[in-house]
Amino acid sequence: MIEKDAAKGTVAGIDVGGTFTDLLLIDGAEDGRVRIAKVPTTVDNQAFGVVAALEATGKAVSDIDLIVHGTTTTTNAVLERRLARAGMITTAGFRDVIELGRRTRPQPYGMTGVFVPVIPRDLRLEVPERMEASGNVRIPLDEQAVRKAVQHLLDAGCESLVIHFLHAYANPAHELRAAEIARSMWPNEHVTTGHSLLSEAREFERGVTAAVNASVQPILKRYIGRLADELNARGYARDFLVMNGNGGMISARFVTEEAAKTVMSGPASGVMAAAYTARRAGFPHVVTYDMGGTSTDVALIRNARPAVSNEIEIEYAMPIHVPMVDVHTVGAGGGSIARIDDAGLIRVGPDSAGATPGPICYGRGGTEPTVSDANLVLGRLNPNRLLAVDNPVSVEAVTDIFAERIGRRAGLDGVGAAGAVLKLGNLKMAGAIRMVSVAKGHDPRDFALFAFGGAGPLHAAALARELSIPKVIVPARPGITNALGCVVADMRHDFVRTVNVPVAEIDEAELAAILATQADEGRALIAKEAVKPQTLRFVHSADMQFVGQTHLINVALPSATVSAAELQSLFEAAYFARFKVSLPEIRANLVNLNTSVIGERRQIDLSLLIDPAGRLATLADAQTGARPVWFDGSWIETPVYAREKLPLSATITGPAILEQLDATTVVEPGDRVTQDADGNLIIEVGA
Amino acid sequence: MTLDAITLSVIEAALQQACDEMDLAFSRSAFSPIIAEANDRSDGIYAAEDGSLIAQGVGGLPVFVGVMQYSTRTLIEMIRDGRCLPPEEDDIYIINDPYLGGTHLMDVRFAMPVWRNGEIFCWLSNTGHWPDIGGAVPGGFSASATAVEQEGLRLPPVKLFKKGALDPEIYAIITSNIRIAEQRIGDIKAQAAALHVGQARLFEVLDRYGDETVTQAIAELRRRAAVQMRARIAAIEDGVYHGLAFVDSDGVVDQPLEIRLAVEKKGDTLTFDFAGSSPPCIGPMNSVLATTHSSVYLAMRHIFPDVPISAGAFEPLVIRRPEGTFLDAQYPRPVSGCAAEVSQRIAEAVFSAMVKALPDEVTAAPAGSSGNFGLGGFDPVRGRPFVLYQLSGGGYGGNADHDGLSNGCSTIGISKSPPVEIMEQSYPILYNHYRLREGSGGAGKHRGGMGLDYEIELLRGEARASFVMDHGRYGPQGALGGQDGAVNTVTVYRDGQAHVPKHLSKEQDIPMKAGDRVRVGTPGGGGYGLPSERDPETVRCDVRLGYYTAEQAEQLFGVAASDNEVGR
Repeated sequence: MIEKDAAKGTVAGIDVGGTFTDLLLIDGAEDGRVRIAKVPTTVDNQAFGVVAALEATGKAVSDIDLIVHGTTTTTNAVLERRLARAGMITTAGFRDVIELGRRTRPQPYGMTGVFVPVIPRDLRLEVPERMEASGNVRIPLDEQAVRKAVQHLLDAGCESLVIHFLHAYANPAHELRAAEIARSMWPNEHVTTGHSLLSEAREFERGVTAAVNASVQPILKRYIGRLADELNARGYARDFLVMNGNGGMISARFVTEEAAKTVMSGPASGVMAAAYTARRAGFPHVVTYDMGGTSTDVALIRNARPAVSNEIEIEYAMPIHVPMVDVHTVGAGGGSIARIDDAGLIRVGPDSAGATPGPICYGRGGTEPTVSDANLVLGRLNPNRLLAVDNPVSVEAVTDIFAERIGRRAGLDGVGAAGAVLKLGNLKMAGAIRMVSVAKGHDPRDFALFAFGGAGPLHAAALARELSIPKVIVPARPGITNALGCVVADMRHDFVRTVNVPVAEIDEAELAAILATQADEGRALIAKEAVKPQTLRFVHSADMQFVGQTHLINVALPSATVSAAELQSLFEAAYFARFKVSLPEIRANLVNLNTSVIGERRQIDLSLLIDPAGRLATLADAQTGARPVWFDGSWIETPVYAREKLPLSATITGPAILEQLDATTVVEPGDRVTQDADGNLIIEVGA
Repeated sequence: MTLDAITLSVIEAALQQACDEMDLAFSRSAFSPIIAEANDRSDGIYAAEDGSLIAQGVGGLPVFVGVMQYSTRTLIEMIRDGRCLPPEEDDIYIINDPYLGGTHLMDVRFAMPVWRNGEIFCWLSNTGHWPDIGGAVPGGFSASATAVEQEGLRLPPVKLFKKGALDPEIYAIITSNIRIAEQRIGDIKAQAAALHVGQARLFEVLDRYGDETVTQAIAELRRRAAVQMRARIAAIEDGVYHGLAFVDSDGVVDQPLEIRLAVEKKGDTLTFDFAGSSPPCIGPMNSVLATTHSSVYLAMRHIFPDVPISAGAFEPLVIRRPEGTFLDAQYPRPVSGCAAEVSQRIAEAVFSAMVKALPDEVTAAPAGSSGNFGLGGFDPVRGRPFVLYQLSGGGYGGNADHDGLSNGCSTIGISKSPPVEIMEQSYPILYNHYRLREGSGGAGKHRGGMGLDYEIELLRGEARASFVMDHGRYGPQGALGGQDGAVNTVTVYRDGQAHVPKHLSKEQDIPMKAGDRVRVGTPGGGGYGLPSERDPETVRCDVRLGYYTAEQAEQLFGVAASDNEVGR
């Protein structure tokens, strides 16, 4: 048991990303001294990278009290389709549910596309049984057929199993009995029932969620086992925590049971860190902006709480309907390729140069101009400070490529063409931010933009201007935001209960009882964990609609006891805020009641992340030079500062470039930058 | 002043964004599940002088590509001629007349002028498919109407909102003439609110870049879209390419309707000539001219998905008016089948012509039917009537790179089909199975995708079944040596006796009682290339997965394989 998460323990947060494994360690033995490590991710076995990162800190692994871990093991398994062999047993007549989908195609236009079901057809078997929508048994379960099917799937080499019956959300008896039979025959614990992760109607979504769960369980199990062994061998015998896609931590002992929940682990930790950091800085409402090489993730945080969605589709026809931080991804990143189309218009993305061949400036064989190359040409990136360059390419050579590939047909020189690419790339990312904010009824002027990831701070100030967002926050260490998320995230369990009743017919006592039960279940789950949170927080909400609608909107509930009248008025207010429509003519419907139980861990003082001793006395001392930078049509000689050496009291007026090891922040002309005690840059965007 | 490339691209993106936001606002706040879940709606921006399309939301239903430019144009002309009241600020017109630039009656259009400095800068318009518009059949999909009056309420352009306020009199007339009227207020408000969302975004763009610059940009974007489409066309070899497609019947007279298409490619234009197609029909499978045009546009958009939708992109596509055919229906010809089925046959004719010209870009024919099965009855347990729709997908055609998708959405749609569990919760029915229709994909080097095979049983009470489907007579066409996909099949089991509709894919009001069943097999996609060129290992894999039997592998592909008995 770990009793030391409180107060003074030593905590290590480790995030395994696509390229780097980042570690942030807060040393309880040395008054919270911070250690940071960044090592290459070991793709085949991420555990080696994790251990290498731990060793790079110089702190003995056995002296760490708690390790908290964000992993992309399941993300990669799903996206690269390196899945475990799973079998599925379904209601007779319905084995094709996860292959038929909801009659879609990948894009609105173009009658082509490829779809491969998570579990192939020959590993999906049917057994006689049938529940009605009411939960009544229509055809009893044929137990002999279940045994036969299980045996067949075992013989076919399946490592994990899904039992997915129609209407099991209404009555799970058949699924439970079939699972009981299967477990008596199955050599491991990887038996998933459809209703256990998602107890809602919609057989395709529920079936795919369960199929993904089964297909990643053995992979996650092996990985967690390997990591535990490696840690054990170094004297860390305690439990560790793993980040779930809902932004909460769960014990490594329990994580594989609902492995599908870890598929969005990485993006969730970044958003959790952003919420935490921004709240301390006095910004409860932020849009997070994490720009990487091939894509950009944005998410909305209100009142310091990230939006959570149960309806994420992680690629075409692959819904994973478990609560996950609602991250919106667009295919625009540093590696997005710029081209000119037949109409002579400049296009940025969706093709990406990826990591290989990558942007031209990395000298790995890339030949097509990208957003990163544009930043280089425009003086925003320092050619001498690029990480991971194979063969240096001169700025002049990159500029010539812009002139030739884009400028010639658009009537621009190389610099003008790079400027256009930057502007259009920004526009595309701004569109993504609009879709999570404006298009959902939120005014961007009420938010701050929280920029992280390697490239976020390069573009954030320009984006904020485009969107009329008044302020930008760049955290002290933008490159390790995900690792920070692991350190600060809470423990969390989410519950959804479908009630589907008109508000006018609500039984207020029953409603309160449902919310209370959800809270109790969460409390019990957290009590099972080895790590003890400092406080428990209960967040209640309702999913509501007008009678006759199919879409839902989520309404926050102030407490677990609300009256029907309160519900009605909360819903009407939320609906008007979202759609600017009021409908007194139509009754409201309460569809789901939700509770999140959040075990809050100890607060981390983020000012530990900066080293006050390294700060110089004056702004002039922190200046490392100056270079011409292209701002909206002209070159401006721009001072360059070493960010870590800036006096915290300094105010900088744009233009300016602030450089640190793994990120560059661009301050546009007219912007004004201050810093707070945690070392965040606060950029006030000029008019 | 000349526009730089950056400003141009920025304004293009901003106009597109305004349309996409309208689409999103409309479907998220709509009541009609057809709009909210099936996205059977579209939003766009149209020119003040002639209604030509400036920009349209990407998420709009494909069949509406370009349609609203015809209704907006008619509205502008009628205002000019004094046949319609002139617009004032915050007025919104409503219109669904098919002959005034529309589709079928269920597609209800709103149009709102956007004012700048006392003049109309442009129009915003959207279309939503209402769940009912009155007429003989609940939901409006009649299989046997012979005049438009039987199909429902027809609205000429009238002001539904006057200076921002809903006109209670027009509203009362509408709601007195349609079924499930009480929820329409929600859809009307959603549809109007979406236009206001678009207007707010448009004002931001105009305020920022100036009306003059945006006007110039719109003209330049139109010119460039034309250039882009012309560049694509120019790459095709000059010549005449023939396409052919059949509608099973018009639902009244049991005879196929023929679509004959000759596409002439010359220089950088394509001319579409439907001469020789069948004359106007008695039943509801006529198409109005606006729908015929938009069917050609949507097919070309499927072929060149990256050319933006705007009036400019349509310029090099010349469509000869198919006078005297069922593709240019005049009042009072019934048209309820035009948007859902005839449009897809027109697109199929375009695909079958163009696959010869562009074998790498175009696919063999897709299932191309909305698969509309309607069941209306009375549920004795709940004590109320019900009307359900089961829309279904089918196989897509094989193409140069891949097999066709299975159970894809109709060519003209992007909607999801409802889950079995939701249908069973909502209606007194039970699905006995819902599965891939094995063997239905047309054989080919790249085979067609598989259709769907489902069976629904009525659990209690009585009901009437209606079908508006297609491809019952001939399967979706194979291309370049590929075979046709399987035909659509409908069987109604009444007292255990199998009844097959006389028109195969269309029939109205078949009485059913508890225990009776409906079984539907939707079409598979057409195959692409010679079946003998399919990799034998891939054929054996198809057999292992149960897509074809060993016997079919032998017959269709000449590949020996052994059957996989496992599965069910």
